[in-house]
Amino acid sequence: MTAAAAPSRFRRSRRDRGGDDTGVPARRWFTPWLLIAPGGLWLLIFFIVPLFSLGRLSLQSGGLSNYSTVISDNSTVIIRTFIYATISTIAAIIIGYPLAYVIATKGGKYKNFLLALVVLPFFVTYLVRTLSWKILLFDGGPVVGILHSLGILNENQGVLGSPFAVIAALTYNFLPFMVLPIYVSLEKLDRRLLDAAADLYSSPARAFRKVTLPLSLPGLFAGTLLTFIPAAGDFVNSELLGSERTVMIGNIIEKNFGKEFFRPELSALSFMLMAIILIGVIIYARLLGTEEIA
Amino acid sequence: MNTPNWLRAIGRVSLLIWAALGLLFLFTPILITVIYSFNEPTGKYNYVWNKFSLAGWADPLKYPELTDALIFSLKIAIVVTVIATLLGTLLAMAMVKYKFRAKGVIGAILILPLTMPEVALGFSLLTLFVAVNWSRGFVTIIIAQVMFSVSYVATTVRARIRGFDWRLEEASLDLGASSFRTFRKITLPLIAPGVVAAAMLTFALSLDDFIITYLNSGLDNTFPIQIWNMKRSKIPVQINVFSTALLVISVILAITVVVGGNRRSRKLAGLTEVSSASFTS
Repeated sequence: MTAAAAPSRFRRSRRDRGGDDTGVPARRWFTPWLLIAPGGLWLLIFFIVPLFSLGRLSLQSGGLSNYSTVISDNSTVIIRTFIYATISTIAAIIIGYPLAYVIATKGGKYKNFLLALVVLPFFVTYLVRTLSWKILLFDGGPVVGILHSLGILNENQGVLGSPFAVIAALTYNFLPFMVLPIYVSLEKLDRRLLDAAADLYSSPARAFRKVTLPLSLPGLFAGTLLTFIPAAGDFVNSELLGSERTVMIGNIIEKNFGKEFFRPELSALSFMLMAIILIGVIIYARLLGTEEIA
Repeated sequence: MNTPNWLRAIGRVSLLIWAALGLLFLFTPILITVIYSFNEPTGKYNYVWNKFSLAGWADPLKYPELTDALIFSLKIAIVVTVIATLLGTLLAMAMVKYKFRAKGVIGAILILPLTMPEVALGFSLLTLFVAVNWSRGFVTIIIAQVMFSVSYVATTVRARIRGFDWRLEEASLDLGASSFRTFRKITLPLIAPGVVAAAMLTFALSLDDFIITYLNSGLDNTFPIQIWNMKRSKIPVQINVFSTALLVISVILAITVVVGGNRRSRKLAGLTEVSSASFTS
């Protein structure tokens, strides 16, 4: 939406997107519950109950010691997982924020076309997208060729199997999830605030720091979560592009989920992954001041 | 105000270049998928460019296990889309239209699946299926996919139908229309764009999903699972052929829907809504 759009329309779209839906009391108290029941029961049985079943299983046969075993056995993998997820999230911000900013502020009539390009990767299955990375990074492929000619890699060195390959593909696979929410928060930003900042002698850089950036924090927050969470739980990228040097938590779960004997420890590992992420989300929400989440 | 103009111009240009590189980064692997559907690989793996060939396109059904998996995926996607869109829309209507006790709890439960890594979500569901001794396959895949899709549908539809004037329904009823007629003439047209967007999103998510589906699939193979199973034996060019065909079909479909619903607000892909609405609202 450009600054030139009619103010009334602008206001309406802001309320539609951001306003809270308080609703009205139903004439019969059970009307909302009739609407909620089918989906709610589905989530109760197949989402909430499994969380308890996972938690219970994680304490079987060893109790809490399952957790200490699984943490000490896999400490390298656990640390590696969160390092990879953090780096790819930061890379996604560095690539995604300017992209979202340019589309939202300079996209003009090509805005929708550019956004379509951003979501285009979703039209190709995740696994095939990752296989395309394998093609790109294959020995003798374009990326390795460039790195050789730049002298970054020795002639006999490749990229596949390295942390770089895995992190690059993680960044790529979840980048649209970073761009879209940032774009949304930048797009509904009231451009008149920037005009006001300029009128009050703020430099563009200062206006960005004091107006644009704070107002785009909700989008940045959403984007960070939507990139970090799937990256931390992923095993596809490490399996297809990595090696035993790049094993992540997800790979351990993937390798062992069919084996009965491993289930208590494996449940403890899954539960721990979930708990760490959930705690991280809450802390992050407090830091950024978007308490609605936490 | 003391930054020189030329410096500012350089800043602007480099920002544009950086953004263009970002788009290129997103676009290149997709281009590779398409280009490599015309490759004639030397071995069993379609990883290295050899020479241009239409062999894959001339014989797309060469590997029946791949074709069957794709058909299985499409079946799953249709069933999941119907169930999840229905359940999610009902949830969204309850959340937007009414004020009731425990609304906050319901809202939190709706968002929670989106804040959990798929591998943990999939594995926890698997522990339930194992505990009740339920064999994995078509039904458990549907259950798993509907579970996470309901959240996406509810958030998308909720963001779309927020702020509507629901008094129109009452007006219609007061003017003597039956509740069915009111639903058909008032409610449905109001919610339709959001519901269509959510349905398209669900279909795409279902075809795309690998991790949760894989953990709960048993011996049944969706298209992504089949590729996963083939990764150590062969990666034929037909994978790229199917992916390219699906890409072209979805782009045409998306354009048709977007152009058909020529309202500005409908133009964003459903994902924009979901990703923003789930966390920023």
